[in-house]
Amino acid sequence: MTILLNENAHILVQGITGREGLYHSERMQAYAKNVVAGTSPGHGGEWVLGDKVPVFDTVRDAKESTQADTSVIFVPAYAAADAIMESIEAEIRLIVCISEGIPIKDMLKVRALLEHSESRLIGPNSPGILSPGKVKAGIIPGSIAIPGRVGVVSRSGTLTYEVVQVLKDANIGVSTCVGIGGDPIVGTNFVECLDLFESDPHTDQIILIGEIGGNEEELAAEFILNQVTKPVYAYIAGRTAPENRRMGHAGAIIEGKTGSARSKIEALLRAGVQLFSYPEEIAEIIRI
Amino acid sequence: MKLHEYQAKLFFAREGIPVPKSGLANTPIEARQVAAEIGYPVVLKAQVLSGGRGKAGGVRLVRNDSEIESNANLILNSQIRGIPVQRLLVEKAVDYSGEFYLGIVNDRSLAKPILILSSSGGIEIEEVALTAPERIEKAAINPLLGLQNYTVRALASGLGIDYALWKPLQHIAAALWKLFDRLDATLVEINPLAVTPEGSLMALDGKMTIDDNALYRQKDFLELSDQIVETPTEQEARKFCLNYIQLNGNIGCMVNGAGLAMATMDCIQQAGSEPANFLDIGGGATADKVAAALTIIMKDPKVKAVLINIFGGITRCDEVAKGLAAVIPEMPVGLSIVVRLAGTNAEEGRKILENYPQLLQAETLMSAAKIAVRESMQVPA
Repeated sequence: MTILLNENAHILVQGITGREGLYHSERMQAYAKNVVAGTSPGHGGEWVLGDKVPVFDTVRDAKESTQADTSVIFVPAYAAADAIMESIEAEIRLIVCISEGIPIKDMLKVRALLEHSESRLIGPNSPGILSPGKVKAGIIPGSIAIPGRVGVVSRSGTLTYEVVQVLKDANIGVSTCVGIGGDPIVGTNFVECLDLFESDPHTDQIILIGEIGGNEEELAAEFILNQVTKPVYAYIAGRTAPENRRMGHAGAIIEGKTGSARSKIEALLRAGVQLFSYPEEIAEIIRI
Repeated sequence: MKLHEYQAKLFFAREGIPVPKSGLANTPIEARQVAAEIGYPVVLKAQVLSGGRGKAGGVRLVRNDSEIESNANLILNSQIRGIPVQRLLVEKAVDYSGEFYLGIVNDRSLAKPILILSSSGGIEIEEVALTAPERIEKAAINPLLGLQNYTVRALASGLGIDYALWKPLQHIAAALWKLFDRLDATLVEINPLAVTPEGSLMALDGKMTIDDNALYRQKDFLELSDQIVETPTEQEARKFCLNYIQLNGNIGCMVNGAGLAMATMDCIQQAGSEPANFLDIGGGATADKVAAALTIIMKDPKVKAVLINIFGGITRCDEVAKGLAAVIPEMPVGLSIVVRLAGTNAEEGRKILENYPQLLQAETLMSAAKIAVRESMQVPA
């Protein structure tokens, strides 16, 4: 089993005719044949991916014709919140937003809308979700992970790949790998993912990859202390980052006392989490 | 993007928030001219984007014409937390009988803006939160509805603020919300919000931060970008859409992805040295971009060794290798470059780099960091 989505997912790609959208739709289709539709305004009626996948003008049309239940969004930042809201409106169950650089104000509206819906949003600025051997929704390279029983949740993209590859090299498999996104406002946080992994019978241990900025990791630590029985390992990136400089991700900034690596590491240690201080170290400390 | 006090106050004034009379000065003579227009006493305030301005001597009260140039001169020749002062706000000094704090900031966990009011203004709100939390009231704002007056009344009532001030407080809070919402701000703050002897409210200091991701639709602010604190190298990097931040160590680094870039910096520290920069080439970087990135790193005279860590997802390692190869002829003598390629087309990339024995290759991130640190120590100072 997996969290968030499984091999029966019907994936819709918003922005499927764009360069990124098309390329990654091909990769997803090659990994598991789950892509059933795409949207691209003005391209309704066209076919992509070897003329096998129909393109629609709207998410609602795509859902009605193909039973799409999961959307992966590759549209430019200025149009991405609009794309998310279109999927919420069409009652898409799981929305994974890869797009980076969405204004915070737009995300506040998206979150307000999500509160009144049944949809779940992963991201934005997320690499997506990979359940090795089963399904992939997003851009995490399929080749870097093998199936297994370790759940991975992260705020980062390539850093996640690094850790998952280390696991693979040590012959350790992953149940599901989720990138929640590097922005300050995201749809699903660490706590919700930890909760899902805790109740997933096919996940035995959890790896959390955090970074400086905000207080998501501190909230995760509190949740782990009170609600998580499975072993948790964590890595926090940005120990050397200076204050008041945004380290690439919009969410990765130390402002005053908020968001430092030290505060996060201390909170996680207090919660009984085993910290690793560089990616390769996970292979040395994890007990399988 | 942070705005200066004078910029924030221009927006305040436009929305009808009372602010003292003021003018800008770049020289002591200009300061004297502005003061003559608005009348003494005046306050001279350094316009730098840094906290602790008052404590650092960046704010001075001047009572008459004979003291103004010397005081202006002192501030204009000073640095505040390392930032040289280039501009002064010359402002009419205002009498006041009380100081509040009023601000709106995004709460990341709630995913809502929150309105914060405190009866202890004049000091940083974080400090009040620690020493007198009972003097702070806050409430979340529904971003779909906007700020409602009852929210402001609830906070004022909670703090026991004199009823006579509720109306002006509602008016100012509504104006602040309008700015916050319309300008894609992530923070708007009036501190102190002074209570004048006449019983009105006036913004004596202001802060605004605009969401960088929204600058494409807030084009007015791009003209204000004079105050972005950037080194010339950082400006150069921005031209190539590289995310580069200069730091103090001597190991240059180039990485794809912000999280991995931070992890790479941490590994350098773990291996016993310090990073010279943060540099994220982003996803899917072309050879040209990689070449530009390496050129920028090599220009930094502090750099003794370079660590290039690429985990190809969208980024193709062979493309990265081509970019590196293009600038290898420009490698300064004595500089070591360590490259670690993994993921998409790593094998092809490594093969390209085998033709350049002056580059060191490493299998893993930590081993690459150790080699870079070792090499940097062998460079004579």
